[in-house]
This record gives sequence, C-alpha cells and structure tokens, in this order.
Amino acid sequence: MKPKIPAQSGTFESSDVIVLIEPLPNRSGRKIEISSTVMQQYGESFRHIVDGMLDQYEMTDIHLIAKDKGALEPTIKARLETAIKRSLGQQEGTLT
Amino acid sequence: MLNSLGREIPEYIEGIGKLEPFQGALTKLSKGWMDEPTIPAPNKAYLPHQSKLCRTLEEAIIRSNPHNGMTVSFHHHLRNGDILLVQTLTILHNMGIREITLASSSLNECHDPILPYLVDGTVTRIFSSGIRSELGQAISKGVLDTPVVIHSHGGRVRCIHTGKIQIDLAVIPASAADCEGNATGSHGKSAFGSIGYAVIDARYAKQVIVVTDNLVNFPCIPLSISQNFIDHVVLVDSIGDASKIATGTTRITNSPMDLRIAKLAADVIEHSGFFVPGFAFQVGAGGASLAVAKFIREKMKTKGLKGSFMLGGITSYCVDMLNEGLFETIFDVQSFDAVVSNSLLNNRHHIEIPAALYANPFNCGCITNKIDVVVLGALEIDVDFNVNVITGSEGKIRGASGGHSDTASGAKLTVVVCPSFRGRIPIIKKRVHTIVTPGETVHVLVTERGTCVNPAFPELEANLRKAGLNIKDIHDLEIEVDKITGIPAPLEYTDKIVGVVEYRDGTIIDVIHQLKEK
Amino acid sequence: MLYIPGNNPAMIQQGGIYGADSILLDLEDAVALNQKDAARTLVRNMILVTDFYDSEVCVRVNHLSTPFGLADLEEIVPLQPSAIRYPKTESPEEVIELLNIIEKIEDRHCLPHDKMTLHAMIETAMGVQNVFNIASKFSRIDAITIGGQDLTADMNIIYTPDGTGIDFARKRIVMAAKASHIDVIDTVFPDVNDEEGLRRETEYAKKIGFTGKAIINPRQIDVVHEVFTPTEEEIRKAYRIVKEFRSNSAAGIGVFAIDGKMIDAPIVARAEYLLRLANVTVE
Repeated sequence: MKPKIPAQSGTFESSDVIVLIEPLPNRSGRKIEISSTVMQQYGESFRHIVDGMLDQYEMTDIHLIAKDKGALEPTIKARLETAIKRSLGQQEGTLT
Repeated sequence: MLNSLGREIPEYIEGIGKLEPFQGALTKLSKGWMDEPTIPAPNKAYLPHQSKLCRTLEEAIIRSNPHNGMTVSFHHHLRNGDILLVQTLTILHNMGIREITLASSSLNECHDPILPYLVDGTVTRIFSSGIRSELGQAISKGVLDTPVVIHSHGGRVRCIHTGKIQIDLAVIPASAADCEGNATGSHGKSAFGSIGYAVIDARYAKQVIVVTDNLVNFPCIPLSISQNFIDHVVLVDSIGDASKIATGTTRITNSPMDLRIAKLAADVIEHSGFFVPGFAFQVGAGGASLAVAKFIREKMKTKGLKGSFMLGGITSYCVDMLNEGLFETIFDVQSFDAVVSNSLLNNRHHIEIPAALYANPFNCGCITNKIDVVVLGALEIDVDFNVNVITGSEGKIRGASGGHSDTASGAKLTVVVCPSFRGRIPIIKKRVHTIVTPGETVHVLVTERGTCVNPAFPELEANLRKAGLNIKDIHDLEIEVDKITGIPAPLEYTDKIVGVVEYRDGTIIDVIHQLKEK
Repeated sequence: MLYIPGNNPAMIQQGGIYGADSILLDLEDAVALNQKDAARTLVRNMILVTDFYDSEVCVRVNHLSTPFGLADLEEIVPLQPSAIRYPKTESPEEVIELLNIIEKIEDRHCLPHDKMTLHAMIETAMGVQNVFNIASKFSRIDAITIGGQDLTADMNIIYTPDGTGIDFARKRIVMAAKASHIDVIDTVFPDVNDEEGLRRETEYAKKIGFTGKAIINPRQIDVVHEVFTPTEEEIRKAYRIVKEFRSNSAAGIGVFAIDGKMIDAPIVARAEYLLRLANVTVE
C-alpha cells in the first residue's frame, strides 16, 4: 500500500515512542531512522519490528522516523500501526 | 584467578599492586584481626601561638608541599554543591603538578569540570566510593591508564589504615571553623551536618587544610574535627552552592511505583521476625528506600513498637521519627538536609559518628554490625542476589558503592528494593554486570512484581509465606520480566580493566571492563 | 477500580502491580479526541500481552453516538475483557442497542454471550431517572456506577467536595443496584493529595451502600481498600454470629442472643456477607 499523507503517532513520554511517516516517490525504497534510549540493547529488535510491520502493510516507498523512550513491544507495534493507518488515510489523528 | 563468586580477577595491576580475590563476606573477618600492617599516622609539631591562617586556598596548598605523584583527599559531605575539589585540582594543575592520586570519599556530577585533568595527566589514579556523570562515562571509556578503585565507606577507612591510600594533602571544607582548625558541618550558612567521612583524612593526611566560609571565634563547637590534626586554615567567600548542599527537608516520593514497592517492603519487614521492640533500622535517602520509612513509621505507631537506633545517611524523616520517640538514637555519618544539621547540633541523642565507627570492618565493632534491618537500592541484582550499584544498564560507571556492602554485611535483614525493569531494561539479571554487594549478605528482593527470598534463608521465607506475602522464586521473576521487556542484547567490552571494585575487607569482588565503542 | 488513560503506555504496562480489584482502561474521557484511534490500538495490544495479575480488566468505550463508539467495540469486544463499561447510559433502549452490537461482534468471533459483562455508567439526569430499568432488566449488566463530574455538568451545578449535588443520585443508584442484586461503584475522588478527604468520602459511600469506589491514582488504592475491607474485629464478630447461628439452628433455635444483643436472620445474613467479602469460611 502507498502512504497518502505524512502522519504521526505516539508521544515523547517515557515508555512511549513517537513515529513519523512520510510518503516517498515510487521506487525510493524504505528510509528508516530509529533513535532510542535503549538503542544498544533493543535497537536491532526495534528495526526488526518496523520491517515486519511495513512488510505486513506492503509499504515500500516510505520515510519513517522513530524516537523511542523505552517503549515495550506492544506499544511500539501499536504506534507503528496507528501511524501507518493514519498515513493511509484509514484513521484520523494529528499532523493531517 | 577466579574469586569465590566466579569473577576473573588479575593477580596484579600496574599502579594498584597485588590483588587478593574475594573469598566470602566474613572469611577475612572471622580471624579476629587484620593481617595487613597498619601504617602510623603522621605526628607533627607546632610552636605555641603559631598561626595556621592562610589568606587563600592557593597559599595553603603552596605551604602543604605539593609535588608530582601526590595523593589529595576530599570528603563528599557537600554532595553536589561542592566547589573546593575542582578549585584545589585547578590550583595544582596550574602549578604544574602531575600524576595526582585523587582520593575523594565520593565523586558527584559537580566534579565533572576536572575531566580535562584526567585527560592531560594531572590526575592519573582515583580512589572513590562512587563516580557519576561525565567522569564515570570517560573512565568507563578508558580515559585513565590505571583502573579506578571503588571502595565502600567502611573500606575506605581500612584503605587509609593499611596505606593503600596514603594521603599527602587533605582538603576539608567545613561550614564553621576557628583559627586553629577545630571544625564542624553542623552550623553556618553552608551547613551540611555530619562530617563523618573526613575524620580519618584529618587523622592520617601528611598535610590538612580546613577551608571554611564561616570563621568563628575560638573554639568552634562542636569539635567534629579537632585542631590537633589541622595544619592550615583558610577563610573563603563560599565553600559551595548552599542550595545543592542541603535542601530544607526530604520529601517522600510521590511515584506510585516507588510507594508500591515501599509498601511491599514494609510488609516484608513487619513479618520477617526482625520487627521487634528495640530493632535498629537503616534506610536510604531517596526513592522507594526512604518511602519504606513512611510505612514502617505507621506500623510502629499502630503497634506501639519502639526501636533502638537509626543509622547512616540521615534525612529529616529520620529526625521526625527520633522526635516522635519511635527511635532512641540516631547515629549520623552523613546528613541529607538542613533540618538534620539542626538536630545534630541540638539533640544529644543525635550523634555524629566517623566513617570508622560507622562501617570499618577492622575494629572492635562498627555500628553497621548492629543493624537489624537495612533497606537498600540496586541498579541491578542477579539470581544469586549479587547487587550492582556502580555500573548502569549501558555498562558505564554511574553510581556509588557507598555503605551498600557495609550495611548489607552487618544487617540481620537486608532488603533490596528496586523496580523489576527501568526504561525497558530488566533489573533482575542472570548475572549482574558488576558485583558490589555479594548475594550472601542480601536476604530479600522486593519489586513491584513480587518478592524473592534468598534460598539461603529458608526460615525467613517461611515467615513471609505464612503472612501471605507474594513470594516468587527469583529465577521465575527474572523470566517473567524478560517476557515483558524482551531480552536485551548483551553489552560488549574490551579486555582493558577500567575499574576495580574492592570489598570492604580489601579483597577484590569484581573488575569493570572498558566499554567497546560502537 | 483504577482508571488508566488508554493512551498512556507507561501507566497501562504497570496497571496490574498495584493490587487494584479491577483496572479500567479508558478510551473515553481520558483520551483526547484526535488520539482515539491511537488509544484503541494501544489498549488492544496491551490487553493481548500484558499480565495484569489479580486485577480484572475492564475497558470504557466511547458512547455509540460518537464517531468512536462502534470502532471501540469492534476492537475491544473480541478480546473479551472482564467487562465493558458504557458511559452516559440513559435508557434501557440504549442498552438493547449496545447489546445487539456486542452480540453480533461476538457471533462473528464465535464468542459466548455470557462471559464478558457490562457496567452501565449513570452520569446524566435522564440516566438517574431510568436507573432501575437499566439495572434490573439485563443479565449482562453486573454493576452500575455513578459519574459525579458528568452528572453535575448535566445538572448545571457545580461539583462540590461534599457531594451535596449528587447525593440524591447516589442513593437512587444504590437502591436500583440493591433491588437488582448487582454491584454499585462510587465516582472518583479527584484530589489525589487529599487522603483524609478521600477517606471521608469512601466511608460515606460505604455507609450508603456502594460496594466499591473508582480511583484515578494508584496512591488512592490503600485508603479505599482499608475502608471497604472488614476489620479483624468485625470478622471475628461475624464469625461468632454465623457459628452460633448454625449450632443454634441445628438445635431448632431461630433467634438467640450474643452479649445481650438479639441475633436474627438479617443480622446473620449481613454477617455471612461480610465473611464472604473477607474470604473467611465458617467450619
């Protein structure tokens, strides 16, 4: 699926993550930037979750920025899902 | 060689010397004496009516025979408000003095400005009970060639007795002092309460400078530090930032999580079998540890139970309990807020004690040996109940050994309180990164997700189960928490040792390796 | 019953550690209008994997008249929390509509209709007037609650700490619950730092018949538990009453005296209720 609009989800609070998504032109590929307070310990697993979610929604041309403050896996997945659905125009949220 | 906890300890480290591996908390003490010889304290002579007053700190330092390779010591009673350590090292640096051994009883964030002196070789060795902030990070990355030595508060006294730390110059800030160097921290605009950690420095340093911003008429009472050990006295405008030395009173945390843990810990204490009339009690100065005092206070009032003494780092909360008659005495080696200074000065049941009496293992009985119940924090704890309070989750030095291992070894009941994970990082590990306090001296771990009893104390576990408390096997809790957080990727280290953690008896309980830069 | 804002992961992940009897993940008033979708997804994910230990899990959804109510139910009903809490319930007709939707979702997911229950929140004047019909007619409603802030707003009066404005509503709602033999839970006490005020209000709620109280901060749990938990003395007395009643009735005696006070059937019933609360069985 192709993201229609830039979208955002999550907060800067501890145990949460903020996710930003921007559509990119066709065949640009995925540009993913992750920063985290627990990058050393969970950076790889975070990247894995992001790739899994983007695969699930078949999103290829996308710029995704995640700033994490120690969110647990269900939170990371929820924030990614919300940002993706918002960018697809399926849900409304902030930054529309 | 391996110590008894399975940690690899080198036999010798350049700049530190031969290392003796840890062999059990009480193994060395059970002999009844210390094998290492005690070095003599210096004896000096002053002529009648000779003046000790110097106009500036610099003048006092020049008079103290500064030289390359010297050891300079400080106390940390001014906490994060201290300015004299940085000033002293800057003066020495400007004089071109090099290869200084820094022996401060602890180091805080306010000491970050000395970092350039570690880089340029002004300071080459450090002994301290704690190192934090940028200093801790730089040391973890290997800024010093010689590893730092982390000792406990009690162990520091032993280090000085044995000559492991041979102090050439002690700089002792005091909130009140007279022209002869009689000094105290219990009054004055920069009052900080007990000056207990500095007493051994005054006794053993070749040169001692008392620095005060409050020169009072002779004699300065009380004689927390007495003139017969003091070489020089300096009056300065300020010894530190009063707002960071001591705030008015200590507030109990509002964090629901800390309060929850504290309540569970108080229930553990109540049903442990040690919550009896005349019990002796020590808590930490913040977070969940201090909050335990709130619940114990309520339980003591409900039951009409009175204790014997409180010990350690003293907060206004302890003073309130003393004044309410819940405890008979406070032994105060370090005070945490302004109210405490007043109480120390005015209440004869609030007694200032030196570090040796507080926690030195090698004497005829430090007061930590008489503790019934102590509540301590942890950065990490492992399934063998070993506790890390020195290195953080990212592997860097960022904490303090302090009195942790001293009090744990003395108490009949050592309760460690901490959340089961912090910022997604599990606190309960299969193996802690750095051992400061051995598991054999830790009885109970209390977290928000359950209480674990060290299997070495089955009677205690039986007591707590009988009371209906939520007891879990620590291995089960470790797995439970890993399931919530996910298993963190292991940190990577080099072979270089950046820190040596000394147990209170002088044996080496663990070493800290340099963090691999990514 | 601890309220937890549905869009706050830090609070949700710790929801189960405080020993609350139940926790209420809130998708309604505690969530900003432009974050309703985010909270719904977060709460769904959290319920799926989080261990809330001994606390029951309830979810407060948005009202069906809002753009969010239906989507909330679609996401939450398949998870079958202990209960769905429905805000601003005003009439039995509304409950019928709600149950129809819930049951359709349950049918689609092959779920039973009798596992998850419903809590009706009464927080409008109309709701208070219809409360008996709401409380008594539906087997899935096993608790009703009063929402103090919304009710005073609906009545155009100011919410005062003494609760004068909602006193009639409180008692009417309690009576409807008692007549229907279901639980009735009091509104929240908003000042987290006023422990004494919380204790007073909780004691009052208990006195007039509430069976529990909603709270907004874990720090309020202890006070509410202390008030609602029978004291040791009360338990001992109840135990004695029930025990003597059993041996007396075995001997054919219906009314008897303990310490000079007459003990009859209602007193025994109350003692039995108290022992059930305290989890004490009489041998």
